[in-house]
Amino acid sequence: MNKLALVSTAVGLAVSGSAFSATQIEWWHAMGGANGEKVVEMAEAFNQAQDAYEVKPVYKGNYTETMTSAIAAFRAKQQPALVQVFEVGTASMMAAEGAIYPVYKLMRETGQPFIQDDYLSAVTGYYTDEDGNMLSMPFNSSTPVLYYNKEQFEKAGVSAPKTWQEMETVSQKLLDSGVECGFTTSWQSWIQLENFSARHNIPFATQANGFAGMDTEFVFNSPAQVAHIEKMREWQQNGIFSYGGRRSDSAPKFYSQECSMFMGSSAGYAGMKRNATFDFGVAQLPYDADQIETPQNTIIGGASLWVLQGKNEEQYQGVATFLNFLSRADMQADWHQFSGYLPITQAAYELTKGQGFYAANPGTDVAIKQMTSVEPTENSKGLRLGNFVQIRDIINEELEAVWAGDKTAQAALDAAAERGNALLRKFEKAND
Amino acid sequence: MSVYFPQKFLPYLLLLPQLAVTAIFFLWPAGQAVEQAFYQEDAFGLSRDFVGLDNFTELFTSPEYFASLKTTMVFSFSVAFLGLAVALWLAVMADRVIRGAMVYQTLLIWPYAVAPALAGVLWWILFDPSMGPVALLLESIGIDWNHFINGDQAMILVVISATWKQISYNFLFFLAGLQAIPRSLIEAAAIDGAGPTKRFWDIVFPLLSPTTFFLLVVNLVYAFFETFGVIDATTQGGPGQSTTTMVYKVFNDGFVGLDLGSSAAQSVVLMVIVGLMTVVQFRYIERKVQY
Repeated sequence: MNKLALVSTAVGLAVSGSAFSATQIEWWHAMGGANGEKVVEMAEAFNQAQDAYEVKPVYKGNYTETMTSAIAAFRAKQQPALVQVFEVGTASMMAAEGAIYPVYKLMRETGQPFIQDDYLSAVTGYYTDEDGNMLSMPFNSSTPVLYYNKEQFEKAGVSAPKTWQEMETVSQKLLDSGVECGFTTSWQSWIQLENFSARHNIPFATQANGFAGMDTEFVFNSPAQVAHIEKMREWQQNGIFSYGGRRSDSAPKFYSQECSMFMGSSAGYAGMKRNATFDFGVAQLPYDADQIETPQNTIIGGASLWVLQGKNEEQYQGVATFLNFLSRADMQADWHQFSGYLPITQAAYELTKGQGFYAANPGTDVAIKQMTSVEPTENSKGLRLGNFVQIRDIINEELEAVWAGDKTAQAALDAAAERGNALLRKFEKAND
Repeated sequence: MSVYFPQKFLPYLLLLPQLAVTAIFFLWPAGQAVEQAFYQEDAFGLSRDFVGLDNFTELFTSPEYFASLKTTMVFSFSVAFLGLAVALWLAVMADRVIRGAMVYQTLLIWPYAVAPALAGVLWWILFDPSMGPVALLLESIGIDWNHFINGDQAMILVVISATWKQISYNFLFFLAGLQAIPRSLIEAAAIDGAGPTKRFWDIVFPLLSPTTFFLLVVNLVYAFFETFGVIDATTQGGPGQSTTTMVYKVFNDGFVGLDLGSSAAQSVVLMVIVGLMTVVQFRYIERKVQY
């Protein structure tokens, strides 16, 4: 009896001893399901690789819930050291100078090896300041691509359209072959306006899409975008395009083979594979051949990891070590292949290629090629716009009025720009 | 007959826990919301500016806000009316059932246990224009269902999702109310030659009026305040703004958009509206209630 008590005490001490000697680092994330399990696995791999720090991943719900809880926690001085924030929250995070610890600074001050050129600039560009310094660590990035139904394409005798001009002719042939609708899109603001602008190297907002200053204004109601939306309005009437709702609500139209093509996030590949009962292909996002000869890169969506203020030196040392661990080529390649998100370093891309992953899974490298074929410009680097979550809702509302036939493209985009500008001014005022 | 309590402080002492709960969980947050409505601050609370009535003037000069007011009225009264009407009908039917009454009643109460957001997702799947069984059924009888584009259909969808859950709650109260009505009254009317319809409208319905009134108040408050989960799960306020109710806007601007000042101002407006409505209900409708 006594012996047993002694042993259990000793074990208890050993367990608690090891738990207390390691510095705890809380990491709040928004990855549910399979990706969430992978996140836990990554943290465990780090915890096992060394014993000075212990990373604790905490699932906080979807992107908005995670960001809102982190902010609420910050206000209550209970914030985690590391939090995953979606790309449209970037401007809010950046503006909160007293709340964030820029990653490039963290790496410098903790003396961790950090070579920014190792990272893919098309991915990191979204998260850098005017001088090109990385403010947060990209974690899960995706970009829109075109998914198409190979079986229906074969039947209609067409191949994946490269341009919006081909989009029309290909869709017409598909309709003639008996398909109900040519294409549908998810995330209409992200794909049909934000990425449309980037791909044609035209600004979405002034001041380099907000990168150069908060006094930015929307210019997505310019002729090129208006012409595109007007064309889509016409297509909505004749069946070439069929609107299927906000976010990814339109995906069922593709799964049920009602629409032959679907524009969606490259990270949706795994879900596509699970839900599509037919053979599908992946192609680059189309571009308007009248607007640009060689299309620009598209911009990313997804989330990055932000370091928050208010922790001690030891914890920051741990965070920096962990971020470096996550950026390792093998970690990145594994995450990229598992989740479908883009790799954030060149090395991870090369490693994945070397492992023969792209050859075995055709279409998985389309997004990377689309992102890296040209150098990003200030129009394709990303967006840095305050209150952007609400502004996307405004754009959704106005575009829906176009699809329903209630407004012309010009009227809707003018209204969206005006309403959006009011929110930009409000953000500027709140953060000056 | 009056009862005499010798202790002067005991009643207050007994009330204290309830008062404390009310003060901490209701009055204090409400006070914070009122205060917040006069400020504009960044999300992290690093800086804060007093802006006076700016948040309110901004609301009342925006046509979108008035549109959401109208949407809210249509939505809330539809939910309250439909919820009461269907529940009353079901309760009257259930009251008549003799065999297996318990099973029938239990089944009708079930939906109340389903979380609002979950109920939303459920209906969202049923009505999905490409795959939803209900949408496909409607299509087969010639109704082109697409709530992603058609604002009226989207409104119907959120009203159904929000009402469905509430019907169970109303049903419980109506059934209890019906069972409390003395059989002798109804039998007497039947002997006098009153048919089922006449018996219902002249005897049962007036005797149920306290229950109906209580449920009307509760349902309107529910429709005004607690339905953002359903809307978020089904339409996210769209298409256009056709299902953006005031409380959804409060939720979206505050928790998603992190615009705390405007969100607080909107909740103050909402509080005032519901307060006024409750006063009106007690002042005018309650007079018609027969206790």
